[in-house]
Amino acid sequence: MATVRIPPVLRPKTGGQPQVEAAGGNVGEVLRALTAEFPETGAQLFGEDGELNRYVNVYLNDEDVRVLGGLETAVSEGDTVVILPAMAGG
Amino acid sequence: MATGAETTQAMTIEEIEPFEAAEEINGGDVVLIDTREPHEYREARLEGGKLVPPGLLADEIESAAPDKSARVVLYCRSGNRSAVAAAQMQGLGYENVASMAGGILLWQEQGLPVVSESGMTAEQRERYSRHTLLPEVGVDGQVKLLNAKVLLLGAGGLGAPTALYLAAAGVGTIGLVDDDVVDASNLQRQVIHNTERIGMPKTTSARIFIEGLNPDVNVVEHNGRLDAGNILDVIRDYDIIVDGADNFPTRYLLNDASVRLRKPVVSASILGFDGQISTFAPYEGPCYRCLYPTPPPAELAPSCSANGVLGVMAGTMGTLQANEVIKLVLGAGEPLIGRLLLYEALGTRFTELKVRRDPNCPICGEDAPEIPESEMGQFPDYDLFCAGAGGDR
Repeated sequence: MATVRIPPVLRPKTGGQPQVEAAGGNVGEVLRALTAEFPETGAQLFGEDGELNRYVNVYLNDEDVRVLGGLETAVSEGDTVVILPAMAGG
Repeated sequence: MATGAETTQAMTIEEIEPFEAAEEINGGDVVLIDTREPHEYREARLEGGKLVPPGLLADEIESAAPDKSARVVLYCRSGNRSAVAAAQMQGLGYENVASMAGGILLWQEQGLPVVSESGMTAEQRERYSRHTLLPEVGVDGQVKLLNAKVLLLGAGGLGAPTALYLAAAGVGTIGLVDDDVVDASNLQRQVIHNTERIGMPKTTSARIFIEGLNPDVNVVEHNGRLDAGNILDVIRDYDIIVDGADNFPTRYLLNDASVRLRKPVVSASILGFDGQISTFAPYEGPCYRCLYPTPPPAELAPSCSANGVLGVMAGTMGTLQANEVIKLVLGAGEPLIGRLLLYEALGTRFTELKVRRDPNCPICGEDAPEIPESEMGQFPDYDLFCAGAGGDR
């Protein structure tokens, strides 16, 4: 199981939970497990082509998965997947 | 190291009070030796003192004081090193040596004059003393701050605390870009403004506060919006830019322009109970586009006016921005280059994520187009680029 950290803007779609446990061998599987449990998150995370939307950053622990293996990046027990949208407020 | 008192007991040396030293020095015929380190000497010294640092005493004292029967007065910061040096000199055969008790600290406390190479006035030395005491700052660092020029995009949530602490730190030129006026809802977090100044342009309101806090600071008001037509001219004269903008198009435009002119940008954002901050150093680390290649749609990035923001979030992230600026000016510590710091206020938790340069970045990547001089001022339409995202406060 990995811990997925849900950004505040997505929490209404996860019943208010700031983090969710999800199972999967790689980042794609973990995120699919998340969208299976909370379908409304799917549209924000994935495009129609099944790829991660470019405007959402996903980190495995502290590294952007785009730098690792994208959705194929392997996830180990106890890892954290961080979903991070940009904020503009100042 | 033995204290002045211990050394004095071990080998009898003469100690004199600062006013006695002053009388002797004014009378002439005294060789005055400053036994501190060069940076202390540069900050403030007794006029006529010759610098012989403790480690070099044995090697250099004979050229500084060739006559071993002449009257020598030694001083240091507080009287310890000079006592040790006096004993050392007696051991070398000097017959008429005295150490000034209490050092230059007591000398100054008693109102006796010092000279300074730093170019700082006596008022400035007093004002910034808590900075210059720090080895990582010192007089040299404070002078760098006084000579620095920092531009703040936005004199609002983030800009307010950043401006306050940069002004307090003595940043010599602070530019403020904002086209807005103060309103009551700002005062929950924009602490540089106040109730009396509701309705006043924010740049002017901020300038009034800053001038009252620190007369060393020159505030330059840029009362208007930054756009493709003016951004290069505005940012060109500054060393560092602080991004406290409230919308994506401006952030992307700033990134584009700052990379072209190679200006570092300290960038933060806040919403609700969350804040983010990173420092973008063109070509040295990632740029804003490396981190966020495309902006999110509006529903993923509400504005503070729609979503709300804990007032103190602005303070936390704004002061972190000021901290970054100061480190860049001083060349000290580790700026957040290649690091994205997330702060969550409800749990008071910090998380650090790595940010890498994107080799395919259209702005700073290897294959990014070289912008010829003639096209330097032309930028993409970022409103279009961000269509629908952000844009209101």
